[in-house]
This record gives sequence, C-alpha cells and structure tokens, in this order.
Amino acid sequence: MKSLAELQAIKERMQSKVVLREGTADKRVVVGMATCGIAAGARPVLNAFVEQVNAQGLTANITVTQTGCIGICQYEPVVEVFEAGKEKVTYVKMTAEKVARVIEEHLKGGKPVVEYTLSNNKI
Amino acid sequence: MIRAHVLICGGTGCTSSGSNKIQEAFAANLAECGLTEEVKIVQTGCFGLCALGPVVIVYPDGTFYSRVTTDDVKEIVSEHLLKGRIVSRLVYNDIEGEAPVSGNVSLNDTNFYKSQKRVVLRNCGVINPESIDEYIAMDGYAALGKVLTSMTPKDVIQVVTDSGLRGRGGGGFPTGRKWSLCADGPQKYVVCNADEGDPGAFMDRSVLEGDPHCIIEAMTICGYAVGASKGYVYVRAEYPIAVTRLQIAIDQAREYGLLGENIFDSGFSFDLEIRLGAGAFVCGEETALMTSIEGNRGEPKPRPPYPAVKGLYGCPTVENNVETFANIPQIILNGAEWFASMGTEKSKGTKVFALGGKINHTGLVEIPMGITLDKIINEIGGGIPNGKKFKAAQTGGPSGGCIPASLINTEVDYDNLVALGCMMGSGGLIVMDEDNCMVDMAKFFLEFTVDESCGKCTPCRVGTKRLLELLDKITEGKGTLEDIDKIEELSNYIKQNSLCGLGQTAPNPVLATLKFFRDEYIAHVVDKKCPAGVCKSLLSFSIDKDTCIGCGKCAKNCPVDAITKTDYVAPGHKLASYTIDTAKCIKCGACIAGCKFGAISKK
Repeated sequence: MKSLAELQAIKERMQSKVVLREGTADKRVVVGMATCGIAAGARPVLNAFVEQVNAQGLTANITVTQTGCIGICQYEPVVEVFEAGKEKVTYVKMTAEKVARVIEEHLKGGKPVVEYTLSNNKI
Repeated sequence: MIRAHVLICGGTGCTSSGSNKIQEAFAANLAECGLTEEVKIVQTGCFGLCALGPVVIVYPDGTFYSRVTTDDVKEIVSEHLLKGRIVSRLVYNDIEGEAPVSGNVSLNDTNFYKSQKRVVLRNCGVINPESIDEYIAMDGYAALGKVLTSMTPKDVIQVVTDSGLRGRGGGGFPTGRKWSLCADGPQKYVVCNADEGDPGAFMDRSVLEGDPHCIIEAMTICGYAVGASKGYVYVRAEYPIAVTRLQIAIDQAREYGLLGENIFDSGFSFDLEIRLGAGAFVCGEETALMTSIEGNRGEPKPRPPYPAVKGLYGCPTVENNVETFANIPQIILNGAEWFASMGTEKSKGTKVFALGGKINHTGLVEIPMGITLDKIINEIGGGIPNGKKFKAAQTGGPSGGCIPASLINTEVDYDNLVALGCMMGSGGLIVMDEDNCMVDMAKFFLEFTVDESCGKCTPCRVGTKRLLELLDKITEGKGTLEDIDKIEELSNYIKQNSLCGLGQTAPNPVLATLKFFRDEYIAHVVDKKCPAGVCKSLLSFSIDKDTCIGCGKCAKNCPVDAITKTDYVAPGHKLASYTIDTAKCIKCGACIAGCKFGAISKK
C-alpha cells in the first residue's frame, strides 16, 4: 500500500458489497415472493432489480428485498416501492423487462411509472 | 448477483453452541434451493447476545434470529430467503408487550441494543473478520493513512490526549500521557496486552475475533506516534479462534503493505508478531507480560522504572490493552471532540462489559461511560432471571469489588467505582442475586488469586493464602469476630506491600464485601448461619414429615444413603415419611432437586 488512492480504490470496490448490512437506504423495493408471486414469475423480476441496482451503483440508496403474499394474487408479480415520507407505490404484473423503466423513472427520477401501477389496473 | 447476506456469529460463544454446523446447513440448503448466487454467507465476530446463540442475522432486512438449530435452517432458507416470509418464531424480541409487527424486529430496536453505543465493537458482528477488504470498506486503515500522510507523531499524541481516552485494561491511566512519556531510544516497542485473564471477561477476545484488523491499525498508529518499529500482541493460548484470525489479519496486512517497510510511502516501517501466553493470570500485569515475551518465566518487576522508560528487552515500550487500542482509529478519524463528547467528565468514551452471572442477557455490551448500573442490569441486561432480587454486581474480577443493590443508581465510570472501593477492571460484570453468599463469592476470587500468585513476593504468596484460610474458617462456621478484624488488617497489609497489581488488588473482593455485607460475615460467625444458603458446613437438610408423601425419590437420589423411611404416616397420606440422618448427609442437594412436593428444606 503506497498511497491513499490505492486504499480508497479498495474501499469503493468493497463498499457496495457490505452496504447491504447497514440498512441506511432510504428507498426500499419489495418484491412479493410467496408461492403465487414465484409462480407468476417474481424471481426474474427480483433478480433484475438486484442486478440493475448493483450495476448502476445504487446500493447505498436502494434496498431490494422480498416479502410474502401481498394479497392480490391475480396481479402478481407485485412490487412495492417504499420511500421515506412518501406514499407507497404498488406495481403489478411486473416483468423483468419493466424493471429498467421503474429504476430509471421512479427510483432515480422520482416519478412513479403510472401505467404499471395498481391504480392503473382496475380491480 | 448477491441480494441478501446471512451473517452467522463465529465468536467463541456461538461456535461452542454449534454455529459451524449452522453455517454448513445454510450452505447445503441454499445450494438445494438454487440460491447460492443470490445469498452470501458471512462468518462474523460476536454480536454480543451470547446467551441466545447461535445467532444469525439476515440482511438487508436486519432480521435477528436467535438460538437457531440446524433443523431451523431449512425453514429460514425456504421461507425467508426464498419466499420472503420471516420466520417469526425464531426472531429475537425483548420489547415487552409488543408482538413483533410483521414478524420483523430490527436489531437496533431491541432493549439489548438500543442503549448501546458501539465504538470498539462497531465491526463485530458486521464484517467478516478474515477479510481485510471488508474492514477497508468500513473505513479500515483510513486512520492509519491519515496519520502517516498528514500528521506528525506529536499531532497524533495530542489528539489521543485531547480525547481523554484512558486505559481500558483496568487502571485507567490516560493513554495520551502514556504515549508521551515514552522515552527516547534507538529501539522502541509497542505491546498489546490481550492476556485477558479475569474469570468472566471476554471483551478483548471478542474484539480480536470480530475485528482483528483494528488492533493492527491502532498498534501501527501507536508505533508511528512513539517512534517504535516493532510490536507484539500477547494473547492467551486459550483463545484459539482469536489467535488464528489475528494471524490471518497480520498476513493480509503484510500482503497489502499495511505492515512492513515504508507504509503509505511515508518512510515509516512497522511490523507485528503474536506471542502466546500460557495462561498465567500474572502475565496480564505489564512487567510480567514483557518478561514473558522475552522468553522468561512471567514474573513482575518493581516499578519504576516504568516500561515507558525501560520495558521490553530494556527498551522504551508502550503497552496498552486490546480495548484501548480498538478506540484509536475511531478517535483519529472522528476527532478528539467526538470521543470526548461521550461519557462523563473524567471518563470519556464507551466501555465494553461482559455481562455474566444471574442475568437474562448474558453477553457483551458497549455503553457510554456514566450509564447507571440499574440501566445496564435491568434494561440492557434484561433483569434477573426467575424473579429473584438483585443483590450485588461484581466488577473488575479478582481485582475488583462489588456494588450492592442500594447503590444500583451509581453511574459507572472509573472514578465512581474507585470511590466505592471497586474498580472498572477489564470489564467483567458478574451479577448476583439473593441466592449468592457474599463470603463465598469473596472466597471464590481469593482462591483464584492464591492459585495465580506467581510467588515472587511474600505478602501476595503467603498473605493471600492465610487470608483464604481465615475465610475458610468463617464459611465452616468456626470463625470468630476477631477473625473478621484480622481479615481486614491482613487485607490492608497485602494491598500496601505486594510487588505488583495482582497482590495489590487481590484483597479487594474481600474488603468490598466486608464493607457492604459485613452483616453476612457476622451471621456466619455469630449465628453460624449462611443467609443465602450456600456455605455447606452451615446448612442442615431436613424433611418435613407432614408434607412428605413417602414416595422415596429422595432416598433413591441420595448418594450416601443418609435418607431412610420412618414409622410415621402423616394424616391423609398412605405411605410413611422419610427422614435425613444429618451425620451422614454430605449436603449435596440431590434430595431437594428430586422432591416434587417441596418437603425438603435447607437452613
């Protein structure tokens, strides 16, 4: 180790790998992963979120986690986005392809993708 | 891509309750569910709640599972990690009256953790101690980088002095002063005292097991500040996990050039070696420890000269305890004011305590100095089990004293404890309830010091032995009031005339119990009774003939055939009751343990 820059490089490389344990992220993406969710294809959705959040270096601000049955099984895969001080946004009938737009427009841009949300899909 | 981390405690407590098997079970079950690529298993150091081990935490949710068995692992994997349903029955929750909302209780919300302030233990249970990269991710070695690239040795000592940090090994000597006293010389040494020998204390072990790199970083900083190029960590051989992890950490630091020649291109070179102690308590005393590092029999030397002037191999040496060192990187990074803002006027920062004895949450806690004993025991420690009454807390192990229930609101810091005739010690805190006999407790610690006295000076070698004989006499019911006076006189003599800290503090448990529980000593001497029912010689067992139903269980349990059937049949009973022949009775208590009807009593 000959310079602070070298140390900083290791720190930056590793930080995304341990930040998961701090629980300081202010945005939480929760994927419904009960039997109904998994059957409807929640796993590829979850994986897409995890991969893209990591790839874009957003792990410090966004936590991707899973939950059980949300109760609207016919709309699975369901994804909920929680943000401190804001109302929860519920996305329904999600696919891995839709994930990129949610990250880009909602998680980064702050504007929910209305056409994917529950309110736009009549119950 | 990893989306969840499963942290499994690999400290000594959880390892002995089977955490290695849990880890294997997780690996097997994750593979079975095809989650190996998504969930990472991390073995960490101690989380602190040792009584609830093995402990597992799942992130990002921060779900804290306690007392996990290998059978539970399948459920955690298939429910929580695969389907996202938290296994509520295994979630630890000590928040009274509140059912776990949605099954998840974050660790930081529990009573055990919420009053804690983790500085020394900040990485314990968070990082993998065998990964230097994870340590660096948590700001590791940043303090060393800062020191070597932008501070002079004088600056470093000034920051440590300003922080008000005092030695955590027991004495409480100001660390900055210790560093500044280090004399000039061509060769100097830094020594880390990890010879944690107090019965019931395990904070140093936990730091070495959970965050070994912070000790390496701190010792290197110290080396730079005082001008030493070589350091030794003196660890007990009884801490195999700590020794292994520390060696791994030293090797990793050398590989990264964080130990060795010309660190951070600053021209400063420093290297470390581990020295194993053979388990003698006296080697925790600094001069004996250095004698032992030199390869000689661990015996103390008279001070002065102090190690700062003439220490290891006759060279100026700075010796600090593990916990003291563990504070250093944080002080450098966050500044002296940050550290000094925690704690009381004369005792800054935090202190780690190993809670043990009659307490619900046996384990490791780190709290700001100045919290009351009441809060430590009843809030963080979860109170006394089985609704028993708190009697006293023993601090400082065999060198310390006790704090009685009447002083439970004492704010715990160095000076308050010394004023009570106690001492902080390294931080063992043993809680006692109404069933503990204070004379017996004093005897227990004195037996330990008699065993551990190195024998070099007479007051300690002979004095402690004679003191123990006097205590024996009292617990056997043969003591006189005169003996109590003799105990006091001899105790004070040993304190004043012993060569090293071991002897100078050995009578403390006796003096403290005499001060606060003199009536118990008098009960042993005058009434020939042990109020707590501990001292066997003063007890006699008897069976209440009218309560006894004559089942004979006690007679079967009795190892010396002291219990026999009588001719008496109690009204309402069909069988004759039993009786104990006190001449034969060895007072083992097997009869009481076996009696379901509460017919046997000891008085």
